[in-house]
Amino acid sequence: MFKAVVYVTLKESVLDPQGTAVKGSLHSLGFDEVSDVRIGKYMEVELDVADRAAAEERLKEMSEKLLANTVIEDYRFELVEA
Amino acid sequence: MKCAVLVFPGSNCDVDMYKAVEDCLGQPVEYVWYTRTDIDEFDCILLPGGFSYGDYLRPGAMASMAPVLAAVQKAAEAGKLIMGICNGFQVLTEARLLPGALRRNEKLKFRCETVELRVENNNTAFTSQYEAGEIIRIPIAHGDGNYYCDEETLSEMKKNNQIVFRYAGENPNGSIDDIAGVMNKDGNVLGMMPHPERAVHKWLGSDDGKRVFTSILQSWREKNGVTHGA
Repeated sequence: MFKAVVYVTLKESVLDPQGTAVKGSLHSLGFDEVSDVRIGKYMEVELDVADRAAAEERLKEMSEKLLANTVIEDYRFELVEA
Repeated sequence: MKCAVLVFPGSNCDVDMYKAVEDCLGQPVEYVWYTRTDIDEFDCILLPGGFSYGDYLRPGAMASMAPVLAAVQKAAEAGKLIMGICNGFQVLTEARLLPGALRRNEKLKFRCETVELRVENNNTAFTSQYEAGEIIRIPIAHGDGNYYCDEETLSEMKKNNQIVFRYAGENPNGSIDDIAGVMNKDGNVLGMMPHPERAVHKWLGSDDGKRVFTSILQSWREKNGVTHGA
């Protein structure tokens, strides 16, 4: 068993309107040091597979097929044995 | 011409689309549930607006993996006419049947109002009954209509005249190059955020959307050598 944490964020080249709005709010609260905010998704995925290499391969496949839209988003994941 | 209106859990403009086909064309039309895998009998496939799968993950993402989409892929390859409106546009981009992606509106606001569009390309199966450059009034209703594609894709689309509609007035969502609707390279798949099916009678506020439907029928008739009926 493996547990994966998948992070999906908009690509650097793609403007993030939610992040920009949150940055504006942080500035109005006095957090002037905030230079950028990017908002993304955090997903926990449990996999019933025996070895790590297989888990990585499957995660890559599912990320590119569904979890992230690679036209506008990047993804990365962390994998821990459960 | 036999039309299919696809229905996903969370579709909510399916009835409008069905009625638009009935009212504008008087052609046979059926609701097709998202689990169906064979849609060979249909000539035209319409993906309606709404919030399929509650917009979970991303608008259109889950619907693009639904069983019926494999059949839509096949229909697209066979050159059948396919049109996605609003959420249907999002589904078609997620399914990679159309280039680009729809992001959250730049100002984060859900925009629901009638806007002006410019018909950028009237030499298509979906717009032949409009004048080139004609300004039409069609309603929008979306929170994720901010079209994006990279520079390379954009110049490719311009080269191939794939940009079919642009916002003529204020850009309501921040879409790149004011894009409101695009088609694929082969010209048989169209996606647009505005709702022509909501603008098919004067008493709806505008009947400027009607000619999208009549253009589709005309193009189907020309392709299939039908001069009347069917």
